[in-house]
Amino acid sequence: MPYTPHTKDEIELMLQTIGIKSEEELFSSVPSNLRVDSLDIEDGLDEYTTFEKFKALASKNVTDKTIFLGGGYYDHIVPSAVDALSSRAEFYTAYTPYQAEASQGTLQVLYEYQSLVCKLTGMDVSNASMYDGATALAEAALMAVRISKKNKILIDAGVNPTYIKVVQTYLSFREIEVEIVDLKGDISDFETIESKIDDSVAGYLFQNPNFLGSIASFEKIIEKLHEKGALAVSSVYAVSLGVLKEPSSMGVDIVTADGQCLGNYLSFGGPSFGLIATKQEYIRDLPGRIIGKTVDRDGKEMFVLTMQAREQHIRRHRATSNICSNQNLLALRSTIYLSLLGKEGFVELANSCHSKSEYLKENLSKIKGVEIFNSSTTFSEFVIKTPCDASDILEAMSSRGIYAGINLGNLFEGFENAILVSVTEKRTKEQMDNYVENLIEVLGGEA
Amino acid sequence: MSVLTIFDKSQNGRKGIALPKLDVPRLEIPKEFKREQKAQLPELSEFDVVRHFTNLSSKNFAIDKNFYPLGSCTMKYNPKIAEKVAGLDGFISLHPHLVTNQMGEEVQGTLEVVDLLEQKLCAVTGMSAFTTTPQAGAHGEMLGIMMIHKYHESRNDKRKYVIVPDSSHGTNPATAAMVGYEVITIKSDENGAMDFEEFKAKMSDEVAAVMLTVPNTLGIYNKKIKEICTLAHEYGAMMYYDGANMNAIMGVARPGDIGFDVIHINVHKTFATPHGGGGPGSGPVGVNEKLKPFLPDLGVKKVDGKYEFTNGGSNSIGKISPFFGNYGISLRALVYMTVLGGNGMKNASSKAVLNANYIRVKLKDYFDMPFDTMCMHECVLSAKTLAKEHKVTAMDIAKYLLDFGMHAPTVYFPLIVKEAIMIEPTETENKQTIDEFCQKMIDAVNLAKEDAEAFREYPKTLGVSRPDDTRAIKELDVCFNC
Repeated sequence: MPYTPHTKDEIELMLQTIGIKSEEELFSSVPSNLRVDSLDIEDGLDEYTTFEKFKALASKNVTDKTIFLGGGYYDHIVPSAVDALSSRAEFYTAYTPYQAEASQGTLQVLYEYQSLVCKLTGMDVSNASMYDGATALAEAALMAVRISKKNKILIDAGVNPTYIKVVQTYLSFREIEVEIVDLKGDISDFETIESKIDDSVAGYLFQNPNFLGSIASFEKIIEKLHEKGALAVSSVYAVSLGVLKEPSSMGVDIVTADGQCLGNYLSFGGPSFGLIATKQEYIRDLPGRIIGKTVDRDGKEMFVLTMQAREQHIRRHRATSNICSNQNLLALRSTIYLSLLGKEGFVELANSCHSKSEYLKENLSKIKGVEIFNSSTTFSEFVIKTPCDASDILEAMSSRGIYAGINLGNLFEGFENAILVSVTEKRTKEQMDNYVENLIEVLGGEA
Repeated sequence: MSVLTIFDKSQNGRKGIALPKLDVPRLEIPKEFKREQKAQLPELSEFDVVRHFTNLSSKNFAIDKNFYPLGSCTMKYNPKIAEKVAGLDGFISLHPHLVTNQMGEEVQGTLEVVDLLEQKLCAVTGMSAFTTTPQAGAHGEMLGIMMIHKYHESRNDKRKYVIVPDSSHGTNPATAAMVGYEVITIKSDENGAMDFEEFKAKMSDEVAAVMLTVPNTLGIYNKKIKEICTLAHEYGAMMYYDGANMNAIMGVARPGDIGFDVIHINVHKTFATPHGGGGPGSGPVGVNEKLKPFLPDLGVKKVDGKYEFTNGGSNSIGKISPFFGNYGISLRALVYMTVLGGNGMKNASSKAVLNANYIRVKLKDYFDMPFDTMCMHECVLSAKTLAKEHKVTAMDIAKYLLDFGMHAPTVYFPLIVKEAIMIEPTETENKQTIDEFCQKMIDAVNLAKEDAEAFREYPKTLGVSRPDDTRAIKELDVCFNC
């Protein structure tokens, strides 16, 4: 049988040692009326046949189109060294580092990961990763409630709408009031938000650049939040931090992000991982695992899982969160990715995304009937308003080999005929020119 | 002595990657939005980076290198075929917003993977439907308890408590609390099962759910499981099955047949997905007919031979994750299930239980046995007497094993056994490895009796020895140069 090594003789010997006659007796504690004889699942396949079967399934997926889809998941370059190192069995077949002496590899990687997150965001402390950007934001909202001891969360409508739904699910089982504040055009409606900040507000969740790609300054609103004892919680596109202000410099209290963009594949949305970082004073409220540096009994530096009192190992129902597994392997990939890019490479990457996106935006704006919706600065994503049904356009573009963007009408009310377009460093001038030419043709051929 | 981190190895001006040349005009971000100082990332060549992380990898124990009898964690061999399949471009390069654009046509292969996995999980567990959206076992638990909450709410039935036994995984009470419930803990009886009399006494119509791990964390199958389900249902409570220990029971008993309403499965355990040193995992959740209307957003269905996306109905709890959870992990689980098939799954459970009982019997004369009965996939020993008479603790034994190329068993869990040593060999280990492990455990006991002081030195071959955990908390250093 696949992967069980027992020979017939060995099974006999082991049963004798145990003092039973058959393997069936191993399950004697399971009441006989609860047992099944077999499963309604076909017999196992050999490895070759299995691979052919899955290769056929993979080939039913379409992968030869140029991707201008973003919205939290980005088509960036994944360097070969990331795949090579993260597929080392010593990393990927290890378990959670419960025995520090035997897990220094994983523990040091996570310490370096936490350090890199702090360098990117400017925050004091990071944990060892969350499930993804959405659940990281939801946990950050719960943190804000714990810290402020208040129970109202304001969510900016500029936050990724799939994230908002996850946050709502997480918060709906607690006595927490949630209010979504609509955008004013393409950016946050600061006047309205300010009017809603009162003594009951625990935190304000926003995204920068927001889901429509627009950048704003949040310093003033964060000051107001702090005056009222509320926390500023932001979700960011990690790559943008190469050129955009780090959240700490705006006074943000908790920063979250999705880590897919940092050396991980799209993989239909998972696995990815979530970043979460905060100020030193809130470290005890940070969910998940934290790695710390210490020494062994001979004074040698080493790394350990630390501050576990916040986890479910000890206080159980009083834990800060029920999160147990993190997304270590993906965090490892990002640690390798950021080490390869380095200080200058990371800036270059962000700059390339920005410059290319501006090039495409400029050229799309020249097409008759196409309008750029964003009035403020964008980083690498922007919204085009089209003269006819967005889904028809997206379908026509797709048949020409281009995933032209996300149909915003399927996510927001009032955004019919609007498409969110994303550009990464991977897109060439030729691909972007091709996008423009094809869109002109799809819209009827007038430039 | 200090370790060198990736930051220590940095040299100003060094680069590890060349990005494609910028083929459009370079533009700057306006000053008001621009970062003043570049992020202080390390600067290294590609080879520097490769050597750094390769050397770090060699400092790990991993299932491909070492025996990993970590109880309740199910560290079994991860077949290479799953990695090969999961690396296919047709799977890893799909953008999830194809869902938003309703372009299911472009991802038919992937949707079929989700559907096949759900079908197979239903067949193994006897549940009516599955969702693959939760991203880990604990995430699945949370979804399960949320659905139970919604179920009661839909009947205008306000309930306050969740019952868990004291032998449960720590995530169970934490999950109940996350969903706003208070926890009632029931102690274990002399057989290691949840005390039925106490359970009966605490059960009421204010209890929303009973969360049980089956077999439990002592490796014991509760013979009264059916009675527990019946009683809970009489009071209108739902039965939650923590499937973390499913590896013991595949093809033997199905939670759905027993009467459980909801289950999560840690597919990264039972269905052999590498755990990556701490994740990703994946925790699909199965429900019976009663809870089907509460399933979260995003599933698949087959209509006229084509797969389509589905959203949850009007009673859906909404989204628990943005798209299909850790889709790449679901895929690996399906590959594993395809290779094993129904017959292979039953065989896997049988051999896992065989290995565990073999260890139990070989070690029972050397340790205290809190529950000396047939066990399932794991057995729990205790070093209580060794600790009392020789001052050699479960932790000492764990550290001793590390020096002999074996990962330590789980120690000090479950919390209800003093000096607990919890061993789960899994079905993929051969008799020779297990014999060698048992011999090392016996050697440790003999050494404890002869020279207990010797244990203070272990581990002594791993580069570092026992950490100063107190210092790690008191002089908190969780970031390089922060």
